[in-house]
Amino acid sequence: MVSNPEPETPYTPDPGAARDVYIVRTGSANLASVAAALSRVGARPILTSDPADILLADRLVLPGVGSFGAAMSELTQRGLVSAIRERLAVGRSTLGICLGLQLLARRSEESPGIAGLGVIDGTVRRLESAPGLRVPQMGWNLTTPTHSCRTLTGGFAYFANSYALPEIPRGWRGSTFTHGQSNPVAAIEQGDGDRLVVATQFHPELSGRWGLDLIRRWVIGRPSIELPEHEGFDTVAEPIQHLATNAADSSGVARC
Amino acid sequence: MLTTRVIPCLDVRDGRIVKGVRFQGLRDAGDPASRAAMYEQTGADEIVMLDVSATNEARATAARTVRAIRRVLSIPLTVGGGIASIEDAARLLDAGADKVSVNSAAVRDPSLITRLAERFGRQCAVLAIDAARTEARTAEAPTYTVLTRSGTRTEPLDALEWAVEGQSRGAGEILLTSFDRDGTGDGYDLDLLALIASAVEIPVIASGGARHAQHLADAVRAGADAVLAASIFHDGITTPDAIKRELADLGLRVRREEPSNDAAEEYVA
Repeated sequence: MVSNPEPETPYTPDPGAARDVYIVRTGSANLASVAAALSRVGARPILTSDPADILLADRLVLPGVGSFGAAMSELTQRGLVSAIRERLAVGRSTLGICLGLQLLARRSEESPGIAGLGVIDGTVRRLESAPGLRVPQMGWNLTTPTHSCRTLTGGFAYFANSYALPEIPRGWRGSTFTHGQSNPVAAIEQGDGDRLVVATQFHPELSGRWGLDLIRRWVIGRPSIELPEHEGFDTVAEPIQHLATNAADSSGVARC
Repeated sequence: MLTTRVIPCLDVRDGRIVKGVRFQGLRDAGDPASRAAMYEQTGADEIVMLDVSATNEARATAARTVRAIRRVLSIPLTVGGGIASIEDAARLLDAGADKVSVNSAAVRDPSLITRLAERFGRQCAVLAIDAARTEARTAEAPTYTVLTRSGTRTEPLDALEWAVEGQSRGAGEILLTSFDRDGTGDGYDLDLLALIASAVEIPVIASGGARHAQHLADAVRAGADAVLAASIFHDGITTPDAIKRELADLGLRVRREEPSNDAAEEYVA
């Protein structure tokens, strides 16, 4: 029996990440893991449900668990919908996690008739069900970038979801995962530096060191000058409102 | 495609890890937070902490332990043991648990599962089932009955029916422990796993009886989505990473340590 376990090697906080990061406080979401992850990368997590913070914070995390409809009704009751929409319209750095990604969409099969934030086009769909294919998806799945991204890299991420966005919206960079015969969205991002919007279907705060690295890159905000130019990838993000009206309709048919 | 999760389990009493055989004869096996951090670094995919304290007073320490674990852990943490209400669950979730597992209290009042799922989301509500093989075996296939209160009480409840009901009431996952195999190292009860895993759509975590990687691989082949073990990790017999290397050699998909982009592409190929 090992009676004296080795002391842990902590994740080294990054001085460049030592800044305030606001987390949208909703009644149903469990925020301790998100706050702990932010602390571990060197940031100062602050919980808030103040619309002014949510509109103006340099860095904002939009977490979320539970159902699409319940989360939207909670954001509405707390008067936060327009603040979130406005900050995203100017691309202020925001990290949406799990349901926090899905809420960006126009609607979800989970809650028919409920409007989402609508900053990206498309409909969130239920994951394909088949023998041997568990829903909810609970566990580690491999994510693969389909674009050259600022924050997103390939690697294993922890998922806990029954729904997902079927396709990366036009004007966004992203990564996908494989579920049965489909390749839904693992994460999307747009912009860079202090205008870096990232939304992940997985939980970066629960995805080990790989996930902490992602959060750290988002908090620091990579200056675009470091980035190489890649063909077929927009270095200047299109305004989100423009996208919402012009993006091609997501058919819900999974690519693959 | 999801990988098979390897989950070390911390049975915690009064802030210390303990481990027994068939839920009895508990002995000290270390500090929960240090252990959890060490298991993350050595390849664990998730941690389960079960509070096996005997009294409510002792349970108040569970939230402190959860908080200490959360500070050093960046993989999922499921906490169970004595959760009988939404308030109990909320306290542990606030302290840093990502999921809560309910057992005896859900048998007493199955609506607890539904209330947890509605309040915190289905992914948060784990139904823990302790199952024992029934003595009477009239048919060729074994049947199982549900035990509660740390295996001390036999319920007039069939394990298969309870698993199906738990799913329909909102459970997002089933943590299935074989009472007969717990702590024995004789391998998981594969009949039990196959029975439950084929009857539900939600993920099933195999628990009770693991000693070798082959046991874990057998459990996955029987239908488990994740494999939980305690003694083999606490006793230093092996590490999650060593187990996962063996599972990969046996043909299972596992999350390898810190994959880089290159490693990820290699994995896909």
